[in-house]
Amino acid sequence: MSEGMSDEIEQHGSSTPARTEPVQDPGLQPHQWRPTDVDPAQERRAERQVAGMFMVAALLFVLFVVSYFAIGADQTFLNWSAQNFALGATLGGGLLLIGVGIIQWAKKLMSDHEMVEMRHPAKSSDEDRAAVMADINSGLEESGVGRRPLIRNTLFASVAALALPSVVLLRDLGPSPHGQDETVWKRGMRLVNDVSGLPIRPEEIEVGQLINGEPAVFFPAPGEEEAEYHGHELLAAKAKAAIIIVRMRPEDITPSEGRENWGIDGILCYSKICTHVGCPISLWEQQTHHLLCPCHQSTFDLADNGKVIFGPAHRPLPQLPLGVDSEGYLIAMSDFPEIVAPSYPELARDQKRLDQRNQEGDA
Amino acid sequence: MSTDTTYTPVQDTGFGKKAAGPVGWLDDRLGLAGVAKKNLRKVFPEHWSFMLGEIALWSFVVLLVTGVFLTFWFQPSMAEVVYDGSYAPFRGLEMSQAYASTLHISFDIRGGLLMRQIHHWAAALFVGAMIAHMLRVFFTGAYRKPREINWVIGVGLLTLGMVEGFAGYSLPDDLLSGTGLRFVDGMIRSIPIVGSYLEFFIFGGEFPGEEIIPRLYMAHILLIPALILGLIAAHMLLLVYHKHTQWPGAGRTNDNVVGYPMLPVYAAKAGGFFFVVFGFTALMGALIQINPVWSYGPYNPSEVTAGSQPDWYMGFSEGLVRIMPPLETTFLGYTWSWNIFIPGVGGLGVLFTTLFLWPFIERWITGDEREHHLLERPRNAPTRTAFGVAGMTFYGVGWAAGGNDIIATQFHLDIFALTWIFRFGLFLFPIAAFIITRRICIGLQRADQNRILHGYETGVLERSPDGSYSERHAPLPVLEQYRLTAHDRLPELEAPAEADANGVAAPHGRVAKLKARARSFYYHGAIDKPTTADVQHAEEHLAHLDGHPNAIGDDFQGVSETGIPKSH
Repeated sequence: MSEGMSDEIEQHGSSTPARTEPVQDPGLQPHQWRPTDVDPAQERRAERQVAGMFMVAALLFVLFVVSYFAIGADQTFLNWSAQNFALGATLGGGLLLIGVGIIQWAKKLMSDHEMVEMRHPAKSSDEDRAAVMADINSGLEESGVGRRPLIRNTLFASVAALALPSVVLLRDLGPSPHGQDETVWKRGMRLVNDVSGLPIRPEEIEVGQLINGEPAVFFPAPGEEEAEYHGHELLAAKAKAAIIIVRMRPEDITPSEGRENWGIDGILCYSKICTHVGCPISLWEQQTHHLLCPCHQSTFDLADNGKVIFGPAHRPLPQLPLGVDSEGYLIAMSDFPEIVAPSYPELARDQKRLDQRNQEGDA
Repeated sequence: MSTDTTYTPVQDTGFGKKAAGPVGWLDDRLGLAGVAKKNLRKVFPEHWSFMLGEIALWSFVVLLVTGVFLTFWFQPSMAEVVYDGSYAPFRGLEMSQAYASTLHISFDIRGGLLMRQIHHWAAALFVGAMIAHMLRVFFTGAYRKPREINWVIGVGLLTLGMVEGFAGYSLPDDLLSGTGLRFVDGMIRSIPIVGSYLEFFIFGGEFPGEEIIPRLYMAHILLIPALILGLIAAHMLLLVYHKHTQWPGAGRTNDNVVGYPMLPVYAAKAGGFFFVVFGFTALMGALIQINPVWSYGPYNPSEVTAGSQPDWYMGFSEGLVRIMPPLETTFLGYTWSWNIFIPGVGGLGVLFTTLFLWPFIERWITGDEREHHLLERPRNAPTRTAFGVAGMTFYGVGWAAGGNDIIATQFHLDIFALTWIFRFGLFLFPIAAFIITRRICIGLQRADQNRILHGYETGVLERSPDGSYSERHAPLPVLEQYRLTAHDRLPELEAPAEADANGVAAPHGRVAKLKARARSFYYHGAIDKPTTADVQHAEEHLAHLDGHPNAIGDDFQGVSETGIPKSH
C-alpha cells in the first residue's frame, strides 16, 4: 500500500485476537456481479437502451430546430405559448436523455469494482512545517523587517492611509440625503383619480367607497401636452404623494383634536404609502373602516385618524387636510402635516421641523 | 464480462497517434501528467445524499449558460421608453428600458421566454439545493475537523446565492420586483443613524432613482458570480484535498475512502448528472410558468398586487418582518426603526452567524480534536440533530409567516390570530421540536441497541410447551451489526476541578464550568453503543437460534432496506 491505492483493504487487527470494538470490522465485502456482467443478453440490452437514449436525444434536438422555425409566436398549446412548450420540451427532453443515458452506461456497463484509497492527515508533515518556518525566518531576517521598525511602521501607515482615497472615491454614489418632510402636495392642489386624472367632486363619492388618487400635478395641466414630472422623478414623487380617498358616515369618524375640519362630509384623505416599508395600501374593509397593507399586514383605522391597530407599522397613516375649491372639486388644504413613507433615522428631526413650519403657517 | 475484443491502449490507436503530438506539446509546457496522475483515478464514495451539492453546482452552471443568453438583449436602464413591442396590452405605455427589454426577451426573442424561465427555475433550485446540501452536511457531522473551513465557505456561498437571487429578480423592473426593492429601501432606511445615507448612496438619490437597476445588474452578472465562482473553486479544491467523507461500513474506516474511481465511473455519473439537471430545469421552463412579468405591469410606487411574495428563499426574512411588533423609538434625536431593523437585518444575521460558528461551537463543547472522515448517523448525535431540527423549525415558522396572508385566505383563518400564533410559535415551536427530536433520536439509538443485543424480530411466533407465545429473534447479520456500532463511543464526562490540591481556584474556572455544563447537556440522554462484553454475552445468548428459522438458499441475495434477509 505504498501510494495509497489498492484493491484490497488492510485487515485491521486480524492478527490480534483481543476485541477492541463490540463488533469487528468484517472488511471489504466481495464484489457482487450485476446481471449485465454475467448475462450477455442483459449486457446487449443495456447497450441498446443507452444508444437508444442518445439517438432519441439527437432527434429531439433536430425537432427543436424545426419548432424554432415552424412555430409562430402567437400559436398556443393548452393556452400556453406553443413555441415555449415545443422548444423547452425538445431541449429539456434531449438533455435529460443524454444525462440518463450516460448514468445508465456508468451503472450498468462500466466496471463497478470498488477501489480503496488511503487517507492522509490534512496537516502538513513536521518536516515541511520546519522547512517552511526556516524559509520564512530567512526571508524575514534578510528583509530586516524586525530591525527597521521605522520602515515597517511607515509602510503600515501609508497602506492604511490608502483606505482614505478608496472610501472618498465612493462619495459620488449618491447625493447627501435630504429631508423627507415635503411632498408635491400644496394648498389648493386638486385631488385627481389616479387612472383618469380627472378631478373629484365630493358628491361623486359614495359612503363606503375608496378612490385611489394622486395630485393633479402628475397629469398634464389643462391645455398642456406634457405633465411636469416624468420617469424616475415621477416615480419618486409618486412614492410620497399617492393618496386614498374614502367616504365614511360622519358620525363614525372620531377626529383627534385639530383635525375636525380636515374632512368634507365624511370624506377623508390619507397617504397611500405604508409607514412601515412603503408599500401602497388599498385593501379596504368598509364595515370596520380598516385599511390593510398587502405586504406585511399593517392595519390602520381610517375612522380613527389612521391609527395602527395591528401589524409591524409604528406610525399612523398621515392624513391630508381636504377642502373644496370654487368649482366644487376636492383640493388639499396643505401638504401632509406628518412625514409619509417609511421611517428613517432623521425622521424625528424632520418631523419637528415640519411641526414648526406648520405652526408658523397657522400663526 | 466485457466484449471479446481486446483493449488497445489509446496511444496505439489511430486517434491516439494523431493526438500524441499536441498532447505532448501541452505537457512539455504544463506538466499535466503530474496533476492527472494523482486525480484521474481518485476514489469517490457513493451515497444518494452526496448528490445534493452536485445539484447546486450544476444548477449554477445552468445559470451561467442561460444568464449569458439573457444578457444579449436585457438592457439594465431605468430610462423611460414608450413600449411598442408585440405584447398588445402594453403598447404605448411608458415604462423603463429594463422592463421593456424583459418583455422583448419574453415575446419577441424565440426561446427567450424559455431561457428566462430556465434561469429563474435554476436560481430557485440553486438556493434550494445548497440548503439541502448544507442540511445533509450538518446532520451527518461532515463539517467536523478538518472540514470546518469548507463549511464556512459553503455558508458564504449560500449567503451570496441568496443575494444574487434577489439582485436577479429585481432586474426586470416590473411591479413585483419594484415592490421588493421598495421593501429593501425601507430596510436600508431602518439601519440606525446611517440609514438615509446608505439609501441615497445605494439608490443614487431618493427611491427609486435611476441607478439601482444598473448597479444591481453589475452585481448580478459580474461581482457576485465572480465571488461565487471563486468560492466554488475553493470548495471543490478542499473537497479533493480532504477526500470525500463516507458512511461507516464493512471495510470503510476513518483512514480510507472506498468507492468508484473518478475515471470513468464518477466522471460519467457526475457529467451525466449535469445533463439531468439542465434537462430537468429546461422541462420546468417549458411546462411551469414562473414570474410572468407581463401580468404585473411596469413598476409604479402607488400600485401593488395583493399576495405579493418574494422568491421562496426570501420568505423567512419576509415572515420575520411581518410578525415583528411595531417597535420604534426616538433616542438621541434619531428615529430607531426596530420593527424593521431587528427582523430584516437581524434575523438573517443571527441565522447566518449561527451557521458560520456552529462547527467551532460544537468543537468547543465536545473538545474533540480528532479528524473525522466517517459520517455520523443523525440519531447518534441527538443534541446536534435536535438543534438542527429546532433551527429548521425556526426557519419554517418564519417562512410560513412570510405567507400568512396566503394561508389566511386559503384556509379562511383570521390573519391577526395567525400572526399571533407565529409570534409565539417562532420561539415555542423550535423548543418543542428540540425536545421531541432528541427523544426520537434516543429512542432510535435504543432500538439499534436492542437489535444488536437481542437480535432482530423474525416475525415467527413460537409456542412454548407450557402454552405461551413468543416471537423468535435471530442475530443480525454481522455487516449490519458492524454498521450499527461503527461510531465513536461517548466520552466520559468529568466535572472540572474547581480548585487544586492547595485550594487555589483553577484558572478559567468559570469557563471550564460552563464548558462542562454545555458538554453534559450535549451528551444528555445519549445511549452509548454496547460494550464488547455486552455483545459477547448477546452472541452466546442468541447462538442456539442460529439465524432465521426458515432456511434461506445460498443464492438468495434479497435484503430489506435495513439489511435484514427477507424470507417471506
